[in-house]
Amino acid sequence: MASEISQAIAAGILGGCVYALMAAGLTLIFGVLDIINVAQGILVVLGAYLSYVLSVHLHLDLLLGLFITVPAMFVIGVAIYWLFIRPLRGAERTSMTLLACFAVGLIIEGVLYREFGSNYVSLTTWYTTATVHIFDFYLADIYLIGFGLAVVAIGVLYLILYRTTFGRAVRATMQNQVAARLIGIDVNRVSALTFGIGTAVTAIGGMVYGAISGGFTPNSGYDLISRLLAIVILAGMGSIGGALVAAVFMTTVEAVVDIWQPDWSVAVFYLAMVIILTFRPTGLFGRRAARAQ
Amino acid sequence: MTDERNRHLLGRSLPVAGVGALILVLAAFPLVFTNPTATNFGIITLVFVTVASAWNLFSGFSGYLSLGHAVFYGTGAYFLVVAAKDWNLNGSAVFWLLPLAGAVAALIAVPLGLVALRVRRHTFVVITIAFFFIAQLSASNLSVTGGSSGALAPIPNWASATYNNPFYYVALLLAAATVVLSVLVRRSRFGLQLRAIRDDEDRAAGLGVRTMPVKLTALVLSAFITGMAGALWVYFIGQAVPQFVFDPLFDLAVVLMAFFGGLGTIAGPVLGALVLEPTQLYLNLQETNGYTSEILFGALFLAVILFLPRGVLPTAAEYASSEWARKLALRVRSRRGRTDPADGEGSAAAPVGSEAAGTTR
Repeated sequence: MASEISQAIAAGILGGCVYALMAAGLTLIFGVLDIINVAQGILVVLGAYLSYVLSVHLHLDLLLGLFITVPAMFVIGVAIYWLFIRPLRGAERTSMTLLACFAVGLIIEGVLYREFGSNYVSLTTWYTTATVHIFDFYLADIYLIGFGLAVVAIGVLYLILYRTTFGRAVRATMQNQVAARLIGIDVNRVSALTFGIGTAVTAIGGMVYGAISGGFTPNSGYDLISRLLAIVILAGMGSIGGALVAAVFMTTVEAVVDIWQPDWSVAVFYLAMVIILTFRPTGLFGRRAARAQ
Repeated sequence: MTDERNRHLLGRSLPVAGVGALILVLAAFPLVFTNPTATNFGIITLVFVTVASAWNLFSGFSGYLSLGHAVFYGTGAYFLVVAAKDWNLNGSAVFWLLPLAGAVAALIAVPLGLVALRVRRHTFVVITIAFFFIAQLSASNLSVTGGSSGALAPIPNWASATYNNPFYYVALLLAAATVVLSVLVRRSRFGLQLRAIRDDEDRAAGLGVRTMPVKLTALVLSAFITGMAGALWVYFIGQAVPQFVFDPLFDLAVVLMAFFGGLGTIAGPVLGALVLEPTQLYLNLQETNGYTSEILFGALFLAVILFLPRGVLPTAAEYASSEWARKLALRVRSRRGRTDPADGEGSAAAPVGSEAAGTTR
């Protein structure tokens, strides 16, 4: 029993970092663009399918494949922004972009169904089946690899945001878009690149998710997005550090509850969210709500 | 100003005549088209007219977009299935469960609204999505709903030739009542408060609108109707399965219908449902694979958002009124034989005024 729990906690923490990475993309997009990208879930699944195609048809190693899938998802993200998000303006922009993202997600899901059908597939290679022995339990290597990837990717995100001129432009846009425009920041370019980066992380997230989830279908996007939304709402929209804490916390609790109540463990996410929002409508680490729009 | 009066007369009598004709056509529909496929289409479409109008009553008027109305729809549906089984109801008696189903959905909407309506508008959308997933999860795991295999609604022993007719007329009644309610709400002080909240919630609150009770009342009202529609739908379909009762596509379809016709208008959601639902049903008959309609649906949604963000009806009305104002200005000018800049200004302002008084926001 004790080993079961400690194993669940370890898997929860390691897996949580992967969710944190996906949620970081979501919350970054929200912070800069005021857009809730509800297509993030299906984009993760798309990333997983890209890895699947590369590994099954081209026999490319999953980790090497990331060198192709990450830029590919970046381009897809920029394209989605440029084609469907950028033209939307006006008072109802946030709601409209949310619906546009939903519609994009629906199209991607339909295309994935068309190409891959509704059968479960999963990503397998030697490091998804091999295990390591830690203390008194076994963990698949992929958990450690996924953890490492997520930590590196979040680190890179931080470096980009806090150590580059582009990052400064992004943070300026987050704080005040009009002022950013006034001091000469090309907000459209910053927005497009941010959307691209927020989408590019789904390639990594998708690869790890496809390997540790034990199988996915085009329908898995709904499950993913509901968790991701719960994480970013709990953390407070726009807070990347908060997303990290919330993701690790949620997946750990879920993994532990899963031992006794496998059917209901997902509900932990929503319950925690509802409770937090009842007492703190801006989330745990959220900024104070701006003037309601 | 005879022109002004003319426009008012035209503005009043045209919709009334149109609505009268529409109701006549809809009432006669199952008598003319006795083919069960046609009446199937009719019933489902009317259910969606109801739901789209009910959704619009809350989301369109208040500006809080709900992507979780399937919660109320599904609650009503499951209530009907379970209650009809427990109380051994069958035939037309089951229809009396509809108001009860609506009441249960309204009851669910109260705590949901109390939590979700405290947050900012876009967070609200996300929370409604989350509530939707909670509902779906509960339906698959609770024993009362029959789990993931679902539960059966009673099958009435009506004659097969006119089997669909009771469903059809109840659906028509429900749809008509919802539209009437929307009109009443829109004209009332309550409706004005809702639209004030939509335009600027802080200012509305500053002017003395008690925003929370107003929003919550609208949500509960909307949930009540949606629950009734869900119950009627499941009685007609005959079976409640979690993934169809709580279907994310349902939420999107309803939103799309309202957006397509014109968010916040009375006729918009009705038009959206009358156009889109039969189209989707037809596509589903033609292409049973499921993904084709999904892709088309998404593409249509994007097209509406990008090119007709305010919906078909307001855009058409604006176009028509500007066209009309232009012609009027030309006629006035030619009668006077000179161009008066002030007059030109006045007629240019006409469409703006009619927009404020008309159906657009």
